[in-house]
Amino acid sequence: MKHIISVLVENRFGSLNRVAAMFSARGFNLESISIGETEDPEISRMTIVTRGDDQIINQVLKQLNRLIDTIKVTDLTRQPHVERELLLMTLKLSKTTQHEIFELINVFKGKVVDIKQKSITIEVIGSPDKINTSIDIFKPYGIKELARSGVVAIHRGE
Amino acid sequence: MHTTGQILNGSEIFFECLRRENVEYIFGYPGGALLKVYETLHDVEDIRHILVRHEQGATHMAEGYARSTGKPGVVLVTSGPGATNTVTGIANAYMDSTPLVVFTGQVPSSLIGNDAFQEADIVGITRPITKHNFLVKDVKELAITIRKAFYLATTGRPGPVVVDMPKDVLAATCAFEWPETVEIRGFKPTFKCHKNQIEKAAHKIAKAKRPLLYVGGGVITAEASEELRTLATKYNIPVTMTLQGLGAFPGSHPLSMGMLGMHGTYWANQAVNNCDLLIAVGARFDDRVTGKVDAFATQAYKIHNDIDPTNVDKNIKVDLPIVGDSKDFLASLLEEMPEKTESHELWLADIEKWRKKCPLSYSVEPDSLKTEFVIEEVSKQTAGNAVVVTDVGQHQMWTTQYYTFMNPRSIISSGGLGTMGYGLPAAIGAAFGIKDRPVVLFCGDGGFMMNIQELVTAVYCKVPIKIFLINNSYLGMVRQWQELFHKEKYSFTDLAESNPDFVKLAEAFGCKALMADNPENAKEAIRTALAWNEGPVVVDCRVARKEMVFPMVPAGGAISDMLLARLNPKTMV
Ligand SMILES: Cc1ncc(C[n+]2csc(CCOP(=O)(O)OP(=O)(O)O)c2C)c(N)n1
Ligand SMILES: [Mg+2]
Repeated sequence: MKHIISVLVENRFGSLNRVAAMFSARGFNLESISIGETEDPEISRMTIVTRGDDQIINQVLKQLNRLIDTIKVTDLTRQPHVERELLLMTLKLSKTTQHEIFELINVFKGKVVDIKQKSITIEVIGSPDKINTSIDIFKPYGIKELARSGVVAIHRGE
Repeated sequence: MHTTGQILNGSEIFFECLRRENVEYIFGYPGGALLKVYETLHDVEDIRHILVRHEQGATHMAEGYARSTGKPGVVLVTSGPGATNTVTGIANAYMDSTPLVVFTGQVPSSLIGNDAFQEADIVGITRPITKHNFLVKDVKELAITIRKAFYLATTGRPGPVVVDMPKDVLAATCAFEWPETVEIRGFKPTFKCHKNQIEKAAHKIAKAKRPLLYVGGGVITAEASEELRTLATKYNIPVTMTLQGLGAFPGSHPLSMGMLGMHGTYWANQAVNNCDLLIAVGARFDDRVTGKVDAFATQAYKIHNDIDPTNVDKNIKVDLPIVGDSKDFLASLLEEMPEKTESHELWLADIEKWRKKCPLSYSVEPDSLKTEFVIEEVSKQTAGNAVVVTDVGQHQMWTTQYYTFMNPRSIISSGGLGTMGYGLPAAIGAAFGIKDRPVVLFCGDGGFMMNIQELVTAVYCKVPIKIFLINNSYLGMVRQWQELFHKEKYSFTDLAESNPDFVKLAEAFGCKALMADNPENAKEAIRTALAWNEGPVVVDCRVARKEMVFPMVPAGGAISDMLLARLNPKTMV
């Protein structure tokens, strides 16, 4: 089963490496990992997407906790949370497809980031599912390049 | 001693911090990145620096010192090759949870990342084999980093910590401040066991008909042997120990079952197979203990106490996990236990039956020397009170079988990593830590050559270790597997043609050396060696060459598939 784990770590050189290295050393699956500063500049939040049965996820959580640089480890999967991912994508553009592409950008509540004679760069924000769908839908128009941020997630407020 | 607030350079701060951590010994080797430190060291009189002959030796010495005393071992090496030479020792300490603080010199900060002369990213290299590691970027951070390093190495589940110190940081100055307290928000080990869980455990123990204590190194680290002994003897619960747990319970006690696992005793493994309650204390269900996990202690309700939560439910799913310090676990348990429990007479009688059925045995012949005889004789002559160090191989397993360990901190052996070359330096380190008991080393002829250079260290420091070189002129343990499982293809394990004359070799190092090749002269040589305290002594024990260690559970096999002897491996019930 897929799990989203939120980890607060010391905002220090090497913290990301320690976490990533632990995953590879112990053979845990690491689907995505993203990291950024929090409201406290000394602390970063990592969002990790991983897969495994209960026993494996249990070990993942404990091994994360065991690292000295981790401050708090939360499995968000079974708790109320929001998850978002950002997709940046450059598509081929032509007179004939232009109209449909703009329609679809609206459907996905995306934005145009840049537009040139023969290409258009757009952003879409949403759940990983929505991102997957949007990639599938845009594919026939010709994707020149794409980048995904990986998931970030947070508890829903009280 | 310098006072706080005084302006000092990094090297002076370094020693000032070690003083405050009560460091007695540094095992080290100098080099370019450490010149400033060695300049300061020249006038340091209250901390003794032991000059090793290879940095790997320094790490194992520090480990021998740490395991024999319970204090952290301290290593000091230069950047680049000095640092990379410590990797095996650090990995070894990590696997065996030994507290070490390893200080590495580093190239000047401004050159880091430039492929500078003698630069190695030791923080990157050691990340997966340390409990934690640090690169000190500013002399103002040095004291607090050292404080944290010692705190981390020794608190909770112990382990090695590396502190990397660039050359410019060691020369820069600042006002010295010693932080009295240390706070690491990501590190809060659980010491106190959960009361409800303890109550449940006490209840289970009171009701069990066939309980078994399975004890690991955690009990020794937690200094909980007294509590263990009370629990076992008051309630008549048999005790089996892991390699690192030996000595936690006196080996001569009728309730002691010796070691379990791959080369454990028949009766200990039978007890694991048949117990209805397994109480694991400070042990981690290592694969050398469990064999095939699905077949391990299948009838038992399993209680597991460990200070490290990651050890729980890692290899074996347990019924009652209790995270916390093993001393707290045992002491709290004793408080919760009722006065009387089920009687275990029948259970102990079963165990006795197994003990009689397949005792440990070997034959004594007048003109052939057996390793088992040497170890048993040393055990007798030292009354089980020596600090016993081993290397890795057959002699190591025989040591667990034939030396009767009477006290905690008496076996020093590379368990988790199985590092050949560990024994000699670890014995030297132990002898620096322990002066009132003999320090004995059993070492294979293969492993002896892996850190033989440290014999120089032992000689010039006049360290009175008694080295029993178990010389079968084979990489015996590998040879055993070749015979049993690899079609008797004895590929590159026969050392007879290539081994040196160990007596001459030892003498060339300035070491006293003896030779034994039969039970009679072995007894005599052991007596002489134990009485010799002016420095190290090597006894070249020319033992029977093709012996094998039994019982043996084949790797990955169920412990009920134990091989009992070479010729009739299928005599098991
Ligand atoms: C550094 C290292 N290299 C290789 C091994 C694999 N190994 C395990 S036991 C063994 C043989 C040890 O031979 P010896 O030291 O003579 O001891 P014996 O088994 O003969 O008692 C070897 C090669 C190891 N454990 N460590
Ligand atoms: Mg040998």
